[in-house]
Amino acid sequence: MLIFLAKRLGYLLFTMVVVSMLVFLVLELDPSNVAQKVLGPYSNDEQRQLWMEANGYLEPLPIRYASWLGNFMIGDFGMSTRFKVPVVDILLPRLGNTGLLALGVLLVMVPLSLLLGVLAGMKEGSVQDRTISVFSIATTSIPEFASGVFLVAIFVLWLKLLPGVSNMIGGFDIAQMVLPVAALVLYGFGYITRMTRASMAEVMQTHYIRTAILKGVPHRQVILKHALRNALIAPFTVIMLQINWLLSGVIVIEYLFAYKGFGSLLLEAALNKDIFVIEACTMVAVLVAVGTQTLADIGYMYLNPRIRFS
Amino acid sequence: MVASAETEEPVAQRQSGLTRVVKAIGLLRESPVGMIGAGIVLAWVIAAILAPVLAPFDPNATIMPFQRPGAVDPASGATFWLGTDKIGRDILSRIIYGGRRVLIYGPIATVAAYAVGIIMGLAAGYFRGWWDAVLSRVSDIVLSFPIFVLYVIVISTFGASGLNIVLAIIFASAPGIMRIVRGLTLDLRNRDYVAASQTRGESALYIMFVEILPNARGPLIVDACLRLGYVTITIGTLGFLGLGLPPPDPDWGGMVNESRALAPAFPHMIVYPCLAISSLVLGLNLLADGLREIAIRD
Repeated sequence: MLIFLAKRLGYLLFTMVVVSMLVFLVLELDPSNVAQKVLGPYSNDEQRQLWMEANGYLEPLPIRYASWLGNFMIGDFGMSTRFKVPVVDILLPRLGNTGLLALGVLLVMVPLSLLLGVLAGMKEGSVQDRTISVFSIATTSIPEFASGVFLVAIFVLWLKLLPGVSNMIGGFDIAQMVLPVAALVLYGFGYITRMTRASMAEVMQTHYIRTAILKGVPHRQVILKHALRNALIAPFTVIMLQINWLLSGVIVIEYLFAYKGFGSLLLEAALNKDIFVIEACTMVAVLVAVGTQTLADIGYMYLNPRIRFS
Repeated sequence: MVASAETEEPVAQRQSGLTRVVKAIGLLRESPVGMIGAGIVLAWVIAAILAPVLAPFDPNATIMPFQRPGAVDPASGATFWLGTDKIGRDILSRIIYGGRRVLIYGPIATVAAYAVGIIMGLAAGYFRGWWDAVLSRVSDIVLSFPIFVLYVIVISTFGASGLNIVLAIIFASAPGIMRIVRGLTLDLRNRDYVAASQTRGESALYIMFVEILPNARGPLIVDACLRLGYVTITIGTLGFLGLGLPPPDPDWGGMVNESRALAPAFPHMIVYPCLAISSLVLGLNLLADGLREIAIRD
């Protein structure tokens, strides 16, 4: 158990180090390029040279990488060239906002997709199963930006029920959360539903379920007591892995709804070449993604005793 | 005897391959969902091929701005069936030509990603050992990136061009394909026919591409169909984020991005391109579902 945990954490660390190297190489391989991004396109060569000298950019690559990584570890991500404030000061509130959005999505998506998946998987091949499967294929086929546009067209422009912009300028407003959450749920729930369905269908074919049915246990009890517990192990992993997808989805949805979150910050930074913000955002995104993958592995082992000691 | 056996073998294989394709199309007719999907995809392919005939206007020509769907162009008498955008280009024509663009870039990116992923997967699964360890680790690391974070950084750093988008898609998709191919190869390499050709003294390349790969095609075809849908979504979403195929040629996601601010007054400018991309991806996903159903039944 401990060896497994140590292995997973070591792997997490290894991935983060490799990713940090990749990010550093892509964005900071050429120091004069960094100077140009920091000082702007109208700076001259002399200014750039002075800046590079003052900030240690004339050192060899490995030393620059080491000091960059060191600063990163203590939370010094540098200054945003666009907002002229430390990156941490913008990043933290944005992360909080995205955390809120993601929480909303998970709170709606997980119960909904588990319920639909179990309903579909209970009787494989039934009308109920086919309907749910086709419906989840259909919603998964609509890209996030398109489902966002459709929701806006229906609920904002046609029915005039909800606001189409979620910038929270007048403070937090739950009505502004509805459409971003709905758009992300629409695109994401289909996958979990299909995975739950597959897992449920598999469990329903096992001997112990057949035994339970044959000895006359009420159908409801077979599903709730015998099948569900085993069928929900696989979806747990899938849900954890959906966090990785959610980090992609929030870029699109936050941009569409002008939501001040992590995704829109990364996109803005990328479009404006705000180099230190891009670096910080990427590292945070990968840390969250790999962290949830690690948690998924540990949780899966905890839930499924069969693989615990193998 | 030996010579004739060798010349006959590939012919026999080709025939069985052809009959299987015919059989697969016949089987697809048993899956209504798959048929609907195939129909939608086929309709888009035909529209893309016949774009110059079907599109009523030049997709990049400025004609009359802010026309609503159904308005008539007084100069030519032709109808703007889906209206025009803010600089007066016909939206229907742009959607048809946009389909052409997506149906060129999407398959190119998917096929290229498959080429890379198949080679990586075959090498990892067949040679195992170091090959497998290194390739699997590299894949794990690429796959640990949230995919659009990767696209946004790569494309904003190297610039938004058709080539860069295709390269970014290969980079991000090949590891996933590699995992599937690797898994299939690990299973297939223990079959008797692989042992037979090893005994015959065939080269590793021959065994990987002639013995193993053709027998792995079933799951790969289903995955390719799904992946093509996902690549279509990727190209559209990049366009929407302002990182897509460069203007002025039409791009579905780009059309939505350009007209976003005008949506409250002119919803048609963003709704129709969204319907276009959603229907194409839906067609591909339904087709994949139909193919999978057939694969399971076989």
